[in-house]
Amino acid sequence: MVRLRIDGQSVEAEEGWTILETARYYGVDIPTLCYDEGLSPYSACRLCTVEIISGGRSRLSASCSFPVREGIEVLTDSNKVRRARKVIIELMLASCPNSRTLQCLASRYGVTEIRFKAEDRDCLLCGLCIRMCKEQMQAGAIGFSGRGVDRQVTMPFSMKSESCRECGACLYICPICEMPCGGPMQPGELCNSCLDTVQLQAFPCREE
Amino acid sequence: MSKIESLPSFEQYRKALDSERKKYTATVSVCGGTGCHAHECVNVFDAFESEIVHRGLEDSVELKITGCHGFCEMGPLVVIWPQEIFYKQVSPEDVPRIIEQSLLGGKAVEDLLYQDPSNGGKILREDDIPFYKKQMRILMDMNGKINPRNIDDYIVQGGYTALAKALFELEPEEIIDAVDRAGLRGRGGAGFPTANKWRSCRQAKARDGIKYVLCNADEGDPGAYMDRSLLEGNPHSVIEGMAIGAYAIGANQGYIYVRHEYPLTLENLLTAMDQARELGLLGVNILDSGFDFDIKVSVGGGAFVCGESTALMASIEGRIGEPRVKHIHTAERGLYNRPTNLNNVETWANVPLIINRGVEDYASIGTEKSTGTKIFSLVGKIKNTGLVEVPMGTTLREIIYDIGGGVPDGKTFKAVQTGGPSGGCIPESLLDTPVDFDRLYEVGSMMGSGGMIVMDEDTCMVDIARYFLDFLCDESCGKCVPCREGLKQMQHIIADITEGNASPQQLDLLKELAWTVQETSLCGLGQTAPNPVLSTIRYFEEEYAEHLEEKKCRAGVCKALISFEIDPEACTGCLRCKKSCPVGAVTGEKKQPHTIDQSQCEKCGICLEVCEYEAVIRK
Repeated sequence: MVRLRIDGQSVEAEEGWTILETARYYGVDIPTLCYDEGLSPYSACRLCTVEIISGGRSRLSASCSFPVREGIEVLTDSNKVRRARKVIIELMLASCPNSRTLQCLASRYGVTEIRFKAEDRDCLLCGLCIRMCKEQMQAGAIGFSGRGVDRQVTMPFSMKSESCRECGACLYICPICEMPCGGPMQPGELCNSCLDTVQLQAFPCREE
Repeated sequence: MSKIESLPSFEQYRKALDSERKKYTATVSVCGGTGCHAHECVNVFDAFESEIVHRGLEDSVELKITGCHGFCEMGPLVVIWPQEIFYKQVSPEDVPRIIEQSLLGGKAVEDLLYQDPSNGGKILREDDIPFYKKQMRILMDMNGKINPRNIDDYIVQGGYTALAKALFELEPEEIIDAVDRAGLRGRGGAGFPTANKWRSCRQAKARDGIKYVLCNADEGDPGAYMDRSLLEGNPHSVIEGMAIGAYAIGANQGYIYVRHEYPLTLENLLTAMDQARELGLLGVNILDSGFDFDIKVSVGGGAFVCGESTALMASIEGRIGEPRVKHIHTAERGLYNRPTNLNNVETWANVPLIINRGVEDYASIGTEKSTGTKIFSLVGKIKNTGLVEVPMGTTLREIIYDIGGGVPDGKTFKAVQTGGPSGGCIPESLLDTPVDFDRLYEVGSMMGSGGMIVMDEDTCMVDIARYFLDFLCDESCGKCVPCREGLKQMQHIIADITEGNASPQQLDLLKELAWTVQETSLCGLGQTAPNPVLSTIRYFEEEYAEHLEEKKCRAGVCKALISFEIDPEACTGCLRCKKSCPVGAVTGEKKQPHTIDQSQCEKCGICLEVCEYEAVIRK
């Protein structure tokens, strides 16, 4: 067993567990977006960023892929973490304002304005659909093409792939193309309608 | 060429070459580096070749096209050995004179010699030229002496003796120990101790006993070409270094990852590898030592991010070149999930030097924590553009003024950018900083792979930050949110600043964003990407303030913030600016003061350039 501290609490974890797995096992909340229990970690959205202190050095790292190490101290809600997390949510919302998941995250973590140039794209390039298609559906029908801002999810050569069985798993797991929440939505606007209920940790618009 | 099968026959081979070369009374070496190629050195070489044949001098004069000499500003370069006469800017028409006077007459052709800019005196030898005087060329030394496509040239100069010594006299641990004591640190940028890397790779357990050594030749920093010139001019030094490293680590297979924008490098490298294989210096049972080693070359697809270790390995494997998290080091699980050691071109080329010169001698060069030399490509607003190799610890001032000759056209120096897109801009006040890994990091920049871009008063620091940000935005692989989205938003903010559309609060947002990108990005590209912005804000905040508050660009670069006007007092009405204006924004009659229509003006500055009466003013 590996012994470490998460938010001041001493915990034990199995060798090979990630910080995220360990935190969730002990009921510590760390937000995620591109992570799914059934899929391999991808570490792209950086939302699960935590502060790790070891050997007197502090640094931020994505908890979904960081394996637990003996004696490290993990802070999941330090000032540094909160500051970075808010900017990351803000950045994601600037490109995909219509995502219900992102709007809820904004309310949950206190993002009340978008200071960046807003766009209206329909993909956050989190890669969940690609991993779902490959790892769970064994199809591998979709993948990334292009680089940087030109990156997109596509079938090979942008043609319908024979490997695609139209199972819909990619749609099921997508955090962007779900039903938008009832609030705004012009690019750059925020819903924030659950902002006041954050303390109750409830999502009223989810339960409609 | 036939295979050399033992150490004694290797010695014999070298001695035979040595005595065979004694027949030449003189050697003409024409620089064939990238810079000189651009100056059409091939024509000079052809002229020498036909002239030498024409005069029947083939048996006494050796002619070769070599690697880069470094002084690219003055190309094409020709050096006549053994007198070491250095000719600059040679054209094919000069060739008969050089042969007549230097090869046959033993005298120098005066007008082709380098002229000392300080006193106008002619300088005969390469080593006496101020550009070379303060340099210490141990890596680049052979570049000017050997034909990279002839392995014999390398062997005559003592090539592959370090490999022979390593294989027959040293144990693998002893080699790692020597590299450790020599203090060699990775030349790719971060300066990680090479021996530590080697040791962990040696100790890592491979599931099937296979380990790899890799050479990173994916040099992508704007303005940097040291690795290219080294691999192009002296490919064997890298091959030899890799073979020694592989022996020390316990690997038998190497890969060199070269970017596809370097066709000449690739050609020279492949030729060198073929020749090494033919002689048995690569392949099975090298010199009957029982050690097998061979190298494959992998050509990149032009992505800057593939210089990052995990992206590079993904690319070699044929996958998308994007980084992965490195919680398990590549020394344990790298290429094809096997223990892998990756070093940069220059790092590998240092290895034979350590073996040949000895640990103490090598460690005495440079500073205590950064030993050896470093090659920089000195470019930008500098008199002597070229590659310079200096001992670590040389100050920036010495490099820029003593070697580089300072800023041309009487302009004043503003900043020097080191470390490529991940580095930072260093102002005049810190020019006495010695270049070593730690000191450059302290001043907010980094060593990087060795790019050094000099900027003068005409450079706008906000515009420079914008340039590097554009580059990085283009080159970000797009995997993680902070790098892809964060850099894009930083780019928007910087663009707004240069166009005069930003409010002063935007600067705080820019800093906040830079911090987030630095702290939360997945790989080194993202983590260092805000450096150009942060270092320009740190040292040139007043320029940012001017852009934001006064909407002014003091260097006159940001077009939206400048305007051109004509002083009616000074204008003679000569019509030159009117005729030159590409958009017809200048109006006025002959001998009457002209005016510029601001609504039409494209702010190209041509009117300013053509005006002989200093009547055009940039505001």
